[in-house]
This record gives sequence, structure tokens and C-alpha cells, in this order.
Amino acid sequence: MSAIEETGAALPREKTDVWPVLLPLIVAAAALPFVGSFSTWTTLTIAGLAMGMMIFAMSSGLTLVFGLMDVMNFGHGAFVAVGAYLAVVALAPLAVYAQSDQILVNLVALVPTALIAMAVSAAVGFAFERAFVRPVYGQHLKQILITMGGLIVAEQLLYAIFGPQIIPLPVPAALRGSFLVGGAAIEKYRVIAVVVGLIVFVALQLALTRTRIGLLIRAGVENREMVEALGYRIDRLFVGVFMAGSALAGLGGMMWALYREQVHASIGGEMMVLTFIVIIIGGLGSVGGCFIGAVLVALTANYAGYLAPKIALVSNIALMVIILLWRPRGLYPVTSR
Amino acid sequence: MMILSGGAPRGRILTAVLVTIVVLLALAPFLFPGSKPLNVAAKVCVYALLVASYDLLIGFTGIVSFAHTMFFGIGSYGVAIALYGMGAGWLAIFVGVLAALVVAAALALAIGLFSLRVQTIFFAMVTLAVASAFAVLASQLSWLTGGEDGRTFQIPAVLRPGYKLLEQPLFGVDVNGRILAYYLLFLTVVALFLVMLRIVQSPFGRVLQAIRENPFRAEALGFRIIGHRTLANVLAALFAALAGALNALWLRYAGPDTSLSFSIMLDILVMVVIGGMGTLYGAIVGAAVFVLAQNYLQTLMGVAFGALNAAGVPFIAGFFNPDRWLLWLGALFILSVYFFPAGIVGKLRAESQP
Repeated sequence: MSAIEETGAALPREKTDVWPVLLPLIVAAAALPFVGSFSTWTTLTIAGLAMGMMIFAMSSGLTLVFGLMDVMNFGHGAFVAVGAYLAVVALAPLAVYAQSDQILVNLVALVPTALIAMAVSAAVGFAFERAFVRPVYGQHLKQILITMGGLIVAEQLLYAIFGPQIIPLPVPAALRGSFLVGGAAIEKYRVIAVVVGLIVFVALQLALTRTRIGLLIRAGVENREMVEALGYRIDRLFVGVFMAGSALAGLGGMMWALYREQVHASIGGEMMVLTFIVIIIGGLGSVGGCFIGAVLVALTANYAGYLAPKIALVSNIALMVIILLWRPRGLYPVTSR
Repeated sequence: MMILSGGAPRGRILTAVLVTIVVLLALAPFLFPGSKPLNVAAKVCVYALLVASYDLLIGFTGIVSFAHTMFFGIGSYGVAIALYGMGAGWLAIFVGVLAALVVAAALALAIGLFSLRVQTIFFAMVTLAVASAFAVLASQLSWLTGGEDGRTFQIPAVLRPGYKLLEQPLFGVDVNGRILAYYLLFLTVVALFLVMLRIVQSPFGRVLQAIRENPFRAEALGFRIIGHRTLANVLAALFAALAGALNALWLRYAGPDTSLSFSIMLDILVMVVIGGMGTLYGAIVGAAVFVLAQNYLQTLMGVAFGALNAAGVPFIAGFFNPDRWLLWLGALFILSVYFFPAGIVGKLRAESQP
């Protein structure tokens, strides 16, 4: 009797694993005594959060694509670079609005730019998927080689079209500068970046947990064959996820370009390395882990950059090693692969 | 066949091609006098060794590493730092090479133990991250590495161009220290290549190929996959470091562009794919074809660039700028992986099969 009742009852809730969530807080708290001054610490933390949000936007697509189709796209950085260059192209005709010191007028310039950057990145992602990813499904070695080749070609095309020089990209007027909160200087743009990043994260989480497509994606990450057996076309879903991931990477690239106030095609390769570290830390395939990983990497990089600039260069690798020693498959391992 | 450890090239055309390349390299100082052809020949030798060591990984073990230039760079910098610090002497070379080998082996072991247990993708990602961090580190620690400028150093007098080995010219060529250095390089590469051939023909090499083909089955047969893969990674790193040391000795310089940059990694990938993965001989063919093409095609691109600029289409000309060499290389690389995965050696072997 009890067996029947048990099968009828709801499945026991999985224990939520809180340690990874606490990790960024622990790191932030641990850094405070070393940094010394509270206001400096606040500035660094906000900068870290802003950086983390941008890195999260760039890496979330990558981790989902891997989880869903076992495809690791070594050319993901190309979408970041495309987004960055589109920011330059799209902001140029809207420069009048970007120069205004009214924040709403600035948004008239920024929102279309972001939309264009995302749309074009998604289109580039679609082409990239067709040309470089689809022909080598399931063949890891070729996949790694070809997508890496795709990154090189895309990067060189950008050089050929826009030239090898660094292009300056000023932040819209109203977002320039910083304000003081209790002695801590907080750059306005960073706050915007944090807000946008949080919106992306929440939207992504809602889409994944509250919609039917999200349900299918999560099921596909868990067990692709089973979902296919139920009659869903995972490969179509995959193209959609790939394009969405590319669009997010483009958005991240645009935000990063505005953050650095300059654009160069090498941004693709640089960000690629960072996103790899983030998704390895987060656990391949996990969006939540990716978010925490991005924040952790960015916070560590900022604190280390302030405390010991020489060590900062290897702080990301050190962080990755420590996390993997603790959890060899990343913070939230999703796939059994 | 003893010297080839039973791993003959297989195929008449292939054997002919390989013999031609090796003979040309062996006689290069006398056949093509002058410093540029000698530099090209030396580059072919160094890259043949480097690519062969990479083939141990990608071709025989089936794992993709993006950190191979890191080990190449460790070899280069090991020799460069030792010769820079201790002065031009054989002891300095020995110390430099030894230190480089120790560092390379330790790093390869650490990376391997960390990331080889999961799967190839994970390893590729980790090596990419570590290698890029290492490159940044090397350019930042300028007190040790000379930063972006690198390190220029002196080599023992016997190997310098000023040293005369024979009073009389031999076959019309002055036999100086430079030629001696070339033969030192050439013979070292030949010896190391034969050692690698021995490794892949050994039972250990066979197990590596078994793991590449079917890891589960190899594990079921009782072979420790992680152990074998890690050892292969360490061996490849050691050979790459040796190649780097030879390269630095030949150039009398070690810097980020010649030993650590990511474009070298791409060159290696192109060479190993064009030559033929998992053949080891592919490294020789790939390196020879690639280095010649690089010297020749970049000039050609320069001509096209100039012509198109003169014709008034600077936008199109931009694609032919010699600086965009990587664009065409990348395209060539993708196309070879798609349509030509067995490479030249695989193709030639298939031709001569009845």
C-alpha cells in the first residue's frame, strides 16, 4: 500500500545546493579586510559585479549549447567581437542622441543599438552553426578544430573590414562619470551593466523554468534522446538556442566595448578564454553555475588587480584550479558528460 | 628498417617524397647557399619536430591541446634565459634545456592530471586558458623574459657565423659555424623524430591508439586511460620544449612572437592537418609544404595587395593584405579538416594501396 502511495506522491524535492551561491559573498567578505578601505571595496565590488554580468551574458549561450548538444563552440568569441563592432556601426548614425546628457535620449541610441547587435549576432550565429557546427556534430576533435578555425576567420574578416586599429567608442554622455555613495565612487555605466545583466539572468531563468520551450531545453540537457523519442525536434531547438546564445554574446560584446570604450577584434579571443574559465567553474551546461562563475571570476579579477596586479594575471586560472579541486566537475555539474 | 622501429612510411610515392625532403634538408647548406634558404630549412626542421610532437597528442592519442606553443615557448625561454644569464657556453645550454624540460614536464603533468579525466573538450578548454595566461605572464615578467622585446643572446663561438671549420671552401661553400649549427639542429631533429617513431611503435604507442579509437574498450582491457593520456601529454610537452630550445638556439633569440603567440599554435594545427594526423610522417610533409608556402604565398599576397590598391579597390585589397595571412590560413585549415582529414600522407598511402 505504501509503495502505491509513494509513487503517487510528488517526487521529493532535490536539496538545493547553497554553497556555490554563498561563494561570491564569501570572496567579497574575505577581500574586505585586505582591501582595507570600505569605499574602495565598494567600488571594486560594483566593478566586479558589472564585469561579471557582461561575462555572464557572453558565456550563458555557450554553456547551454554545450549542455543541449554536447557541442563546444570554440568560435563563440566571434559573436562577442561582432557585437562590439556593431556597437560602433550602429551608434555612429545615432551619435546625436548619444551625445545628449538626457538619459532617456541616450537610451534612444542605446536600445536600438543593442537590438541590432543582438539581431546581427544571432544571424551570424545561424550562419556559423550551418557552416561550422552542423557538419561535424558528434565529432569532438573536428568540432574543436573547425570552430577554432571559424573564430580565426571571423576575427580576420573583422580586421579586413574595419582595419586593425583600435576604434574608440565613447559611452553615451549621461552614462559617463560616477556618483558618490558614502565616499565610494560608483561609475554610472557599471550600475547600468549590472541592471542589464540581472535582467538577462532573470529573463533567462524564467524562460528556462516557466515556459514550455524552456522545459524542453532543460529536458534536452538532461537526456536528449528521451526528448527526441517523445517526438520533439531537438536539433531545431538547438539552432534556436545557438542563435539566442549568439545574440547574448553580441549583447555582452557591445556592453564590454562600451565599458572599455574601445573596440578591437582581439576582444573575441580574449573573451573566449574568460568564458571558458567561467563555464568550467560553473559546471558545463549549467546557467546558474555560469552566473555564479562569472561573478566569481570578475570579483576575483578586480580584487586581485587592486591588491597584487602581478598575481591578477593568473588569478583566474588559480580560481579555476581551486574550484576544480573542490568540485572536479564545476560548481553545478549538469550533464553526465 | 630497424632505425624506423618498424614504422615504415608505407607507399612508394610517400617514401619518395619523404626521402626527397630529408635529402634536401640534409644537403640544404650546399644546395641552396645563402642565409635565407638556410633559415627556411632550419624552420622546416624545427617545425617538423614540433608538429610531430603535437601529432603524438592529436593524432595518436586523440586529444586536442592548445597549449603546445606554451611548451615550445618554455623550451625557447629556458635556453634564452640561461644563455642570457650565464653567458654563451655549453653548460648554459645544458642547464637551460634541463630546466625547460623539468618545467614543461611538471606543467604538462599538472594540466593532464587535472583535465584529462573528463573528456577532450574539457582538456582543450583548459589548455587554451592556461596557455593564454602563460603568454600574458611571459610578456609581463619582463625582468626574466625581456617582456615584449624578448631576449637576444649569444651562442657558443663554434656555432657563430664567424667560426671557420675548414680553411678551404667545400663544394664552393664556406663551412662556418652557422652550417655547423644547422647540422647540429638537423641531426638532433632526426634523432628525436626517430625516438618518437619508436614511441608510437611501442606497446605504449599501440595502447594510445587503442584509447583514441575506443576508450571504453581500452579501459575494459585493463589499461589506465588517464595514466596513458597524461604520459602522452608529458612526452609531447618534452619534445615540444626541445623543439623550442632548438628554435631559440638557431634564432639566437626568444620572444613572444617567435615562441608563444597563438598564431604559432594555428600554424601547428594547419601543418598537422595538411600533413596527415596520426602518421608522424605527416609532420615532415606538412612542415615542408607549409613553411615553403608561407614564404612564397605571403609575397604573392603582397603583390596582389599592391595591384588591387593600385586598381582602386582598397576594400577588396584589404583581404589580400599580407597581414591578413591568417584569414586564408584559417580558411584553408577549415577546408582541410572538412575535405582532407587524412592529409597528404593519408592520401598518398591510399593511392599506393592496391
